[in-house]
Amino acid sequence: MLKYVIKRVLTLIPMLLVLSFVVFVIIQLPPGDYLTTYINNLRASGTEVTERMIAELERRYHVGGSFWEQYWGWLTNILRGDLGYSFKWNRSVNSLLEGRLGYTFGLSLASVIIIWVLAFPMGFYSATHRYSPLDYSFTAVSFFGMSVPEFFLALLLLFLNFLATKSYAGGLYSTQFQDAPFSFAKFVDLLKHIWLPFLVSAVTGTAGVFKTFRANLIDELSKPYVKTARAKGVPYRKLLIKYPVRIALIPFVATVGWMLPSLISGSTVVGIVMNLPTVGPLLTNALKDQDMYLAGSIVLILGALSMVGTMISDILLACTDPRIRQSM
Amino acid sequence: MQKVSRKEQQLREKARQQSERRKGEETYTLSQGKLMIMRFRRNKLAIFGLIVLIMVYTMAIFCDFFAPYDGNTMYAQYKYMPPQKVHWFDENGTFLGPYVYAIQVGYDPVTFQPVYEENREIRAKIRFLVRGDEHKVLGLFSTDMHLFGTGNPDVPMFLFGTDSIGRDLLSRIFMGTRISSTVGLVGVLVSFVLGLILGGISGYFGGVPDMVIQRIIDFIISLPTIPIWMAIAAAVPNTWPVLRTYFCVVLILSLMGWTGLARVVRSKFISLKNEDFVRAARVVGASNMRIIMKHMVPTFTSYLIASLSLSVPGMILGETSLSYLGIGLRAPAISWGILLSDMQNIRNIALYPWMMIPGIFIVITVMSFNFLGDGLRDAADPYSYS
Repeated sequence: MLKYVIKRVLTLIPMLLVLSFVVFVIIQLPPGDYLTTYINNLRASGTEVTERMIAELERRYHVGGSFWEQYWGWLTNILRGDLGYSFKWNRSVNSLLEGRLGYTFGLSLASVIIIWVLAFPMGFYSATHRYSPLDYSFTAVSFFGMSVPEFFLALLLLFLNFLATKSYAGGLYSTQFQDAPFSFAKFVDLLKHIWLPFLVSAVTGTAGVFKTFRANLIDELSKPYVKTARAKGVPYRKLLIKYPVRIALIPFVATVGWMLPSLISGSTVVGIVMNLPTVGPLLTNALKDQDMYLAGSIVLILGALSMVGTMISDILLACTDPRIRQSM
Repeated sequence: MQKVSRKEQQLREKARQQSERRKGEETYTLSQGKLMIMRFRRNKLAIFGLIVLIMVYTMAIFCDFFAPYDGNTMYAQYKYMPPQKVHWFDENGTFLGPYVYAIQVGYDPVTFQPVYEENREIRAKIRFLVRGDEHKVLGLFSTDMHLFGTGNPDVPMFLFGTDSIGRDLLSRIFMGTRISSTVGLVGVLVSFVLGLILGGISGYFGGVPDMVIQRIIDFIISLPTIPIWMAIAAAVPNTWPVLRTYFCVVLILSLMGWTGLARVVRSKFISLKNEDFVRAARVVGASNMRIIMKHMVPTFTSYLIASLSLSVPGMILGETSLSYLGIGLRAPAISWGILLSDMQNIRNIALYPWMMIPGIFIVITVMSFNFLGDGLRDAADPYSYS
């Protein structure tokens, strides 16, 4: 087991290196260099203080250096925990991301839990009560959930909420609570807002899990061992939970790591539409302004964290399933 | 147990009669392909999806003809006009056929927002085959014929309302079909080639290439797609022509999308490569290429087609999300995502809700692909009799 964990952690390192390289290429992609423009602007204003700033910037980003020099400089800075500087905001990337990252991952993790809590009981009911009215309605909702873009569902819910309450439900807090210290009233206010992004990820995320679980369980239910157990007199409920449900769950445990990237991906767009304090809106604006160091850092962090998430789920899976430990 | 369709019953009956007539000399058989078509036709949702998609792609080809106006024609006096009502009966209840009233533009004295009212004096019938904006059919010959409209430039008709500069939303949605529906197909084609080649190499040869490709797939799967798509698409220069941007966006979408297909192909190759018929081919000295193309690929073509049609929705949803965010394809290109990109704030959502109509078209198209893909997959699976 320990051998597997070490192996899995070791494969993470080259993957992270590749990721950092890809991100740096992305940073360099846009034609025209934000940094050069910025330095030229500073130079045009021409005081002595800015001369020193320019020198500092040039040293920091290895201006005039080769691609590999620049990459190495950027990478070592990141390893020291310095994500760079946002020219647009005139602040360090670290200070911009503080807090927002917490919300992004809080929302994504909470979404995983909501999706599982909803999808498995729904799938269980649908598989055991096939062609019942509730099965049909679950299936219909899941088809809708699979076909609607997250941002459109978010728009639709904002609109319906506006029709119902004549108020805007975006953001995480109402204006009066925005900067207030945390209190019970603020928590209630948070609950009033947070159901919308959760509903979006519940509808879009539950759909796929529900459909696959239902299909898996139906496959298992028709297998001979179920009939044998029934013939031997095992109570139906007990039988279901003990064998078919467990087997139908395996693929989900195996792919829980893949859920994280897709949830982070979905929450980016929803965050933009609903104006949540996640990294989503920050990323779009950075990309539109070609503030590439900020954008690159966000992509790097999102990518790295979902890789770590995948790794953790792989290790957890290996703990439960000996076949996987051996296949490595 | 499972229900047997009438068609299948008839076929079985026919087979029984035939075999009786020939006294058991011959049995009636159905080929694998016929069985598949039969299973597919039993799935009503899949048929529905297929019909909708045929309609969508017909629309994509002849959108200028189906649209009452050119999507770029501006009617400056009708900005953000809500959808117009189609009337069938006049005030006395006499049936006239579909018609619209002319629209009178007034201004709200307080907000200075335009107010649109029906002018009950002037009505214009909606007719088939009317003359309007010039357009080219299939890029070959120009005509000014449109499928339907009022045919009267003074009394225009905006069944889905207009946008911020007075362009007909219905026509723009129809013209958006062209980009939105083909992004999926072209993107899937590119990922199909990538997935088949890389998945094939990985599964057939194994060893080091397999390991490298598997690590690449692991890498791509653990990335959050939308942020990466956004970051790469943002690097596409604004100044590029629409067509070039379009192909760039498609390429970006398929760079992340081929992994699913590659996994399917790889697992199929691994399970097939030790089958007797493949070994036999190898023993008689068939080349690798021949074994792959002649003996292995045909056994899972149906799976490929099914998983292809199931990967179209992801592409369409990706393009729409990127365009909505204003990254990748931008105006003057027309796609459903670009049409929705006006809806960035709650003020616009509340004031101009009809501008969300393009979203309904996205949902219907993607849903049809899901129906079709599910139907194809079930039909291709020889063990599915449910």
